[in-house]
Amino acid sequence: MTTLPQSTTRKLGLVIDLDTCVGCHACVISCKGWNTENYGAPLSDTDAYGADPSGTFLNRVHSFEVKPPILKDQPAPEAQLIHFPKSCLHCEDAPCVTVCPTGASYKRVEDGIVLVNESDCIGCGLCAWACPYGAREMDAVEKVMKKCTLCVDRIYNENLPEEDREPACVRTCPAGARHFGDFADPDSNVSKLSAERGGMDLMPEQGTKPVNKYLPPRPKDTLSEGAGDIDILAPYLEPVAQEAKGFLGWLDKTLEKL
Amino acid sequence: MHPAPSVIFFTVFSGIGFGLLAFLGLGFPNVSGLTAFAFFVIAYLCAVGGLIASTFHLGHPERAMKAFTQWRSSWLSREGICAVVALLVMALYGAGLVFLGERWGLLGLIGTIFSLLTVFTTSMIYTQLKTIPRWNTPATPAMFMSYALAGGALLSGQITWAMALLAVAAIVQVVVWMQGDGAFAGSGSTLAAATGLGADGAVRAFEPPHTGTNYLLKEFAFVVGRKHGMKLRIIGIVLMAVLPVLLLAASFSHLIALLAVVSHIAGALTTRWLFFAEAEHVVGLYYGKR
Repeated sequence: MTTLPQSTTRKLGLVIDLDTCVGCHACVISCKGWNTENYGAPLSDTDAYGADPSGTFLNRVHSFEVKPPILKDQPAPEAQLIHFPKSCLHCEDAPCVTVCPTGASYKRVEDGIVLVNESDCIGCGLCAWACPYGAREMDAVEKVMKKCTLCVDRIYNENLPEEDREPACVRTCPAGARHFGDFADPDSNVSKLSAERGGMDLMPEQGTKPVNKYLPPRPKDTLSEGAGDIDILAPYLEPVAQEAKGFLGWLDKTLEKL
Repeated sequence: MHPAPSVIFFTVFSGIGFGLLAFLGLGFPNVSGLTAFAFFVIAYLCAVGGLIASTFHLGHPERAMKAFTQWRSSWLSREGICAVVALLVMALYGAGLVFLGERWGLLGLIGTIFSLLTVFTTSMIYTQLKTIPRWNTPATPAMFMSYALAGGALLSGQITWAMALLAVAAIVQVVVWMQGDGAFAGSGSTLAAATGLGADGAVRAFEPPHTGTNYLLKEFAFVVGRKHGMKLRIIGIVLMAVLPVLLLAASFSHLIALLAVVSHIAGALTTRWLFFAEAEHVVGLYYGKR
């Protein structure tokens, strides 16, 4: 049934730390790998080695530039580059679920994960139209809607060692920028982290009430302090030998004269 | 939005078909026998043809029956149910007119109501989407309804009604454009809100996630032909309403009526293409396309 549950017992989701994400795209690759080899239709690529490659991804990393405003009498502040992973936010008020005509899209009562039952999906694409975040992609080969499952086939999988029972993107992140947990529990790692660092919603004006939270980047050190000379090693890198001596010096001078 | 031909044909022809059925259900024109048969054939060709066209953009049309199950929450599901009820009721009503020469007024009225509900539910599929501010307004159902009624009046040969309703459709369409052009800016969705990074300064999309294209860009970031938008709007509204009204006002013959219908459909296809092509989805913000 594509009506949303009144409330969910748990609210599983991710905290994504924009301060520590280095933009390596490892989460993109591990997500594609796990979700191609395991549950559901594989994530296809079309024209993968040709001129116009395209593929289905459940997680994509954008990069944004943030340019602080120039204040009077101050040197222009440095722009920041923010790497920005984006996947399904498992919204409490998920607009993608209610538009589904077949009941293929649903939000689980037990943990709040938004899933697609692929054998019921007619591939109309309306759920992708309803999602403001671009979290759903129609697979070009399988013709069904694909989306992040929060690795539902890992997190409860007792065949995996306990440390692997978290989403593939979280498990693989080398910077520790992704965290997985239950937002319904105020004492969970993600709830605490989000409260501590001011976890924010994406596009709050859309009224989707996303479960996943993003931690804003911390203010950066000011690079322009200290009269402009920013490299303390620079003096040591001065050229040592300005002029050639000995045989090479003679050769240099002789060749100059020719 | 990507203007898929199947969806453009579906909305235009099913709108006209159900518009015609709505008039036939009320007894305009009051026909029976073979004449009624001809009218119903045209109406069903448009309505059913449009519905069949709509299945062409489905990834798995063989599962289309499942789409009747979620009427509690989904406008797309409600549309399917209304369409089937309208077509069944009108088939019975039409059979009465064609084969028995009997006009069952109550059945016709029910058919009219469900025909108009079908057009309304179609329009709500687009209207409900907060992600596309241009569509997320009561003007969208007004536009779909006014098109269906104008097309229905035109095809059912109600000259006076057709001229009046075509004028109404034209006015509603102009209002939709004027309102729609400021809708995205007025929606409050910006790159700053989309990323949450606005507090630190001006946000700019620096690098997309992939060097190639993807489903999202193909489906939601369609910009081809937008530079001809104004020209197409003028062509569309002239063909859809102005020319048919002038033709109907000049004199009436079957040839002129046919010309008016052809012109109206060509215009409606043009404005419907613009309806999709000019619609901006908020996900384009993440790609620096808005």
